[in-house]
Amino acid sequence: MNAKFKKIIPQLLTLTFVALVFGFFSYNAQLNMENRGITFGYGFLSQESSFDVQFSLIEYDGSHTYFRAYLVGLLNTILVSVIGIIFATIIGVAVGIARLSSNLLINKAAAYYVEFFRNIPLLLQIFFWYFAALRALPLPEKADPIFGVFFLTIKGLFVPAFIWNNLDIFLYSILAVIISIIVLRSYSKKLRENQGRQIPVFYISIGLIIILPLLTFLFGGVTLNFQIPELEQLAKTSFRFKGGLGLPPELIALTLALALYTATFIAECVRAGIQGVGKGQKEAAASIGLTPNQVLKLVIMPQALRIIIPPTTNQYLNLTKNSSLAAAIAYPDLVLVFAGTALMQTGRAIEIVSITMLTYLTLSISISLLMNWYNKKIAIKEK
Amino acid sequence: MFKIRQITSLLAVLAVLFGFATESFAAKKSKTLKNTIKQGFVKCGVSQGLPGFSNADASGNWTGVDVDVCRAVAAAVLGDANKVKFTPLSAKERFTALTSGEIDVLSRNTTWTLSRDADIGLTFVGVNFYDGQGFMVRKSSGITSTSQFKDGISACTNIGTTTELNMRDFFNSKGISYEPVAFEKADEVVAAYDAGRCDTYTTDKSGLAAQRTKMSNPDEHIVLPETISKEPLGPVVRQGDAVWEDIVRWSLNTMIEAEEYGINSSNADSLKTSDNPAVKRIVGAEGEMGAALGLDNDWSLRIIKQVGNYGESYKRNIADTGILPDRGPNEIWTNGGLLYTPPAR
Repeated sequence: MNAKFKKIIPQLLTLTFVALVFGFFSYNAQLNMENRGITFGYGFLSQESSFDVQFSLIEYDGSHTYFRAYLVGLLNTILVSVIGIIFATIIGVAVGIARLSSNLLINKAAAYYVEFFRNIPLLLQIFFWYFAALRALPLPEKADPIFGVFFLTIKGLFVPAFIWNNLDIFLYSILAVIISIIVLRSYSKKLRENQGRQIPVFYISIGLIIILPLLTFLFGGVTLNFQIPELEQLAKTSFRFKGGLGLPPELIALTLALALYTATFIAECVRAGIQGVGKGQKEAAASIGLTPNQVLKLVIMPQALRIIIPPTTNQYLNLTKNSSLAAAIAYPDLVLVFAGTALMQTGRAIEIVSITMLTYLTLSISISLLMNWYNKKIAIKEK
Repeated sequence: MFKIRQITSLLAVLAVLFGFATESFAAKKSKTLKNTIKQGFVKCGVSQGLPGFSNADASGNWTGVDVDVCRAVAAAVLGDANKVKFTPLSAKERFTALTSGEIDVLSRNTTWTLSRDADIGLTFVGVNFYDGQGFMVRKSSGITSTSQFKDGISACTNIGTTTELNMRDFFNSKGISYEPVAFEKADEVVAAYDAGRCDTYTTDKSGLAAQRTKMSNPDEHIVLPETISKEPLGPVVRQGDAVWEDIVRWSLNTMIEAEEYGINSSNADSLKTSDNPAVKRIVGAEGEMGAALGLDNDWSLRIIKQVGNYGESYKRNIADTGILPDRGPNEIWTNGGLLYTPPAR
């Protein structure tokens, strides 16, 4: 028996054991299901779902299939996660920097915010925003317009809908803006490295963002109209807003709760990252004549980000998984629509729960991969 | 040598695990009955709080017509109607809890449908409440009939119920577009409707009547007269244990039949000497009805004495609490209702 073989044996044994345990459980599950006359299969996915969903990004009603209902739930989960991540990041970065402020008021306010929101269970916060905060909102007929066109009511936030003409031309112009900014940046970098000259990249970019799309309105035949939500009476005391774009209160409450909760953790990551960069770095950068903005942008942030990104990835994953608490307040996410209603109507517990688990796994791994890629990009490139 | 010994012991452990597992799954005669007697209590799944059907008071005592079915089973099997362990379940959890063995009887205002009965390993044993889906609206809205519903109406309800499906059928057939707002727990449905999130609240009419009592101001709400579906509610057991299924079925039937023959908790003992053989069979004074179910002969007498007949249960839980004073279809067939059981003989 050679040494190599000896090394493999424990691993083989472990593998066999794991396989046997899995085999035992799946055998048991099979036997149990057989005993109780439960059939197993994924055929139900192509059956008509026959239930409606409140809020969907794709066209859906009960005449579509269970698979389509799954997609509706998945897209709603992704929607609330993406909006939540964006808001959590913005708030988190702002609060994280504020916690390092030398202004006592800003500093303390940020500290209290963090301590308050991260120490209350998320589910309670979701209930608070949905049942306590939204309950304080007016009924549709009593809502005062904000800026004349927004209506925040207990039935949701109603905003004007955009009605575009020649939207494609407008989108091309945005694409052109993005490409020209990328070209401009690499050109300015070359200029700086070769000739030591600086050009105001920031202001030119702003100019491009404003001027190019504006030109499409003047010459490209692009027009934009707004459809303002209107109050409609359903019964003597029951009203709703018609037209425009309606955001359900469930989405608003869930996003608020997720963003405010996760932002506290991101704020701590940001603070740790900035504090993790040695003081000498800042002083050295200042001593070679960089402006405070340049110090932050060129010296502090690149080093801080390396500390900030990995724990922040965790927070993004947490936010995505926490979005499954949506079921408590009727936001039709994957858990409510698929692992809730669809599971109940079909009774296919094992199939549906396994699909749901795989879906969350895939979502989480995708976010991880994306963040790892970004982390690698900003890591120190040793030469 | 050491390695080999390790492997053998591992295999032995697995063999034992397997052996036990396969043996315990062998279909013996009513595993559920045996386990229930061994544990000393009936494992019963109920709602998370629906007045009149299954509702816990401040000190944790469960009452309701659904609760009484489980109490009847406990009285029949264990001799004491209080030997029940109640597990509150959401609509979503209920069937999984039953098929996984967490509970042995599901008595939770559950609608009997073909797909539930046939497809997911369940068996419905009877109907203890004939119900139908309705709508509740605010009185101030001036709506008095579903024909006044308009496009864009928002409707609050529970997920994972037949309600969700009926609602779609109803609004589709009327050609009305609607916004379904579906919650997991009934308390949240009520809270959202009460706050004005929805224009109407839809579920079984008995449920509407019961939940209305929980609103901040019950008098502000009315239940519309239309009934849009058939909802026969009844207890459910796992498929595959015929003896247990029979025990639950006949515990319910005993309560209904006792009312039909005028047997109640106070006169049951004295009716042992009745002239009517049907009455004598129900109180266990004639025939060997219990033996067929694997029980003693006083099982039905205990149900009537400890829980009462169906009418007593209805009066105590639903009529006297003001939920639905009128029994409607839930009256014995001889009085023009739908309650009709096969004879206990």
